Amino acid sequence: MIPTLLGVAVLVFALLRLMPGDPVATMLLGDGGGANIPLQVIEQERARLGLDQPMYIQFVKWFGSALRGDFGISMWTGKPVVYEIGVRLELSLQVAVMATILAILLALPLGTLSAVFKDTWIDQAIRLFSIAGLAVPSFWLGMIVILLLLTLFHWIPPLTFTPFLTDPWENLSQLIWPALSVGYRYSAVSTRMMRSSILEVLQEDYIRTARAKGVVERLVVARHAMRNAMLPVVTVLGLEFAFLIGGLVVTEQVFNLNGIGKLFVQAVARSDFTMIQGLVLLVSVFFVLINFAIDMMYAFLDPRIRYR
Amino acid sequence: MKRVLALLLGAAMLWAAGVLASETPKPGGVLRFAVGAEPPNYDCHAQTSFAFIHPVRPHYSTLLEFDTAKYPAIKGDLAESWAVSKDGLTYTFKLHKGVKFHDGSAFSSEDIKATYDRLRNPPPGVRSVRQASYVDIASIETPDPLTVVFKLKKPNASMLTNFASPWDCVYSAAKLKQDPRFPEHNIMGTGPFTFVEHVAGSHWTGRKFDGYFRKGHPYLNGYVAIFISGAPMVNALAAGEVLAEFRGHSPADRDRLVKALGDRAVVQESPWVCSLVVTFNTKKKPFDDQRVRKALSLAIDRWGGAQALSKVALVRHVGGLLRPGYDLAASEKELLTYPGFSKDINASRAEAKKLLQAAGVPNLAFTLTNRNVAMPYTPVGVFLVDQWRQIGVNVKHEQLETRLYLAAQQRDNPTFDAALDFNCDFMDEPNLQLQKYLSHDRSTINYAQQTDRVLDDLYDKQSGELDKKKRYALLRDFEKRALDEAYTIPTIWWHRIIVHDKAMKGWHITPSHYVGQDLADVWLDQ
Repeated sequence: MIPTLLGVAVLVFALLRLMPGDPVATMLLGDGGGANIPLQVIEQERARLGLDQPMYIQFVKWFGSALRGDFGISMWTGKPVVYEIGVRLELSLQVAVMATILAILLALPLGTLSAVFKDTWIDQAIRLFSIAGLAVPSFWLGMIVILLLLTLFHWIPPLTFTPFLTDPWENLSQLIWPALSVGYRYSAVSTRMMRSSILEVLQEDYIRTARAKGVVERLVVARHAMRNAMLPVVTVLGLEFAFLIGGLVVTEQVFNLNGIGKLFVQAVARSDFTMIQGLVLLVSVFFVLINFAIDMMYAFLDPRIRYR
Repeated sequence: MKRVLALLLGAAMLWAAGVLASETPKPGGVLRFAVGAEPPNYDCHAQTSFAFIHPVRPHYSTLLEFDTAKYPAIKGDLAESWAVSKDGLTYTFKLHKGVKFHDGSAFSSEDIKATYDRLRNPPPGVRSVRQASYVDIASIETPDPLTVVFKLKKPNASMLTNFASPWDCVYSAAKLKQDPRFPEHNIMGTGPFTFVEHVAGSHWTGRKFDGYFRKGHPYLNGYVAIFISGAPMVNALAAGEVLAEFRGHSPADRDRLVKALGDRAVVQESPWVCSLVVTFNTKKKPFDDQRVRKALSLAIDRWGGAQALSKVALVRHVGGLLRPGYDLAASEKELLTYPGFSKDINASRAEAKKLLQAAGVPNLAFTLTNRNVAMPYTPVGVFLVDQWRQIGVNVKHEQLETRLYLAAQQRDNPTFDAALDFNCDFMDEPNLQLQKYLSHDRSTINYAQQTDRVLDDLYDKQSGELDKKKRYALLRDFEKRALDEAYTIPTIWWHRIIVHDKAMKGWHITPSHYVGQDLADVWLDQ
């Protein structure tokens, strides 16, 4: 994990500083007010943020702190990067979990049914449902949901986040809509994967053997086929979950969610180097951890797989 | 007959009482409004954005403030009264009694002194972006706790209005003494609302300050500023989740909100102290040639463009370097005599072509660098490209995100040809609006990079001219030269449109989206 993170850290650090432009100018001159800011104020700010130091010193300082869990101070807000991310992480995680639960609840049964009833009207209907999910961008679906709620009920979801344990109803009334919008597409990908996987598994010898032994078809599918077909689906679910943590940029904008995706966009627009670096590292850690979890899940699902 | 008259009179009195009662401020309620961005830190003296003013300003007071119902008139905030010496070198303020900070400590003239010392001579590590506005202050004296005296080195025509700047939040001298950077991460003022919470990325909450020095104010129990922008913000207004947004809407959003809110919608409109200007890179050929720059200004049909663009963008007004309608701005009659402002666009364009021919660039092609902000940058950029095409100039419209946009205009190596820039301020004041036209070594916001000591000299003269007539004449001289040299040229001035719910009362639109945001007079009619 450390070499991966080091590689990511070097890449994002270098790329940010190779891009033209000055984050201090963006901060002081880029937005309203038109104040004729003295040059020494700009230089002073650059020095305060450590941008006047050689790049390798900046990197060593930052990465050294990051290894100790200190991702530095946001160049824009002056608050710790860990704090800024922490405020938003709960929401992003909850949307990701809700969308994943929805995806699992839809993908496993629908994918299986589609495979078992291949080429029937059930299969066609489920395939139509999943292809529509793949074709429709989740943010567009979100916009339609908002407009329908507004037009029909003159109501939109709450604008500020309430933790689930504080007020479950308020929490769910805000997050159910983005979870549905995102979860639909997520389930479409997984449904397609589940269908292909089941179809492949149903051709295996052990399935023929089970049928030959007189096991009812329902149990053949549930006990033998599904479990073996789960491996690629678990991979897809896991990678999509990791993506959801920081990738829902437009959906968060549509629903005004104070999540990691929105923070990412803001950090890039503000040239907030430390924030961008912290966020990229966070997402990298998530991907690594989720990949690890997927590998562990493989071992659970398929006893033939054991790690030394 | 007498009885009928008496009945009619009684009915009329009842009706009048009803009308008055509906306009008498009602205490109570929490105002929810939208803010399109979030304040980076909490220090007024270091900020330049409305994203700071709208949520944070209600916590602070200033020495003076603008009377939003009678803009640009000024009234006292912490100052109860003031006097200016005849020579314009001494400003004496008498302060309100019984003013307290939110922590209960008493306010005095020492706090004013500490605030303005910090503004004009910030200690190491403190950022004050408006030092230039206070360079003329020689000393600040506090003869007693309720009197503060500013002595100037030379007369400054904008000094009184500078004291009404919404950015001059008054801080506690005691807190600044402990830590000069205290305001960066702490809110502690004398304003009508105390700070409750700031949830990063989400919202900002303020609560009524019961110890506020203006009795009976504020009317609101509190406010919540929600950070939301774009279409979600318009949706939130339409659904009544927020009652207002104080920056401004496009004409299309206004129409949509009026349709959605019906008779609950109140629309307030005003000219805006904001304009888009075209800046030419005078370090790059052929923009080092005055004929080329002037030709490109002559080609723009500002009158026709303002009419057409006002339907789709938040620009509307044709003006020179100062906002049209401001008493020191050029009249329309004077404007028509300036290059680029004639209503005979065909004659102007014919002259433009001749100038380009004379300069040896009849088939000029260049890139217009613009910000990737939709409103109003995109429509104005497209408009300009079209206008220049009318004189045979081919322009590529390049829209960049802010960092790259500023990088193209950086001081030591500007790479742009021409750029669309903005000029926005908290008030109509030549000392502010004309800073963009000063020489490169005097202005960090002059991206044209020119050195013009004639303009610098005219600026300095008008800056200290207290006689309004003389100042007006100097401003016309400045304007004529600036428009003739055309290092930076104005396009069209903005138009501010605010749509809010009728439940919100006591707020008046002004030409500045930075002014009138302490919410002390706002109330909810619910």
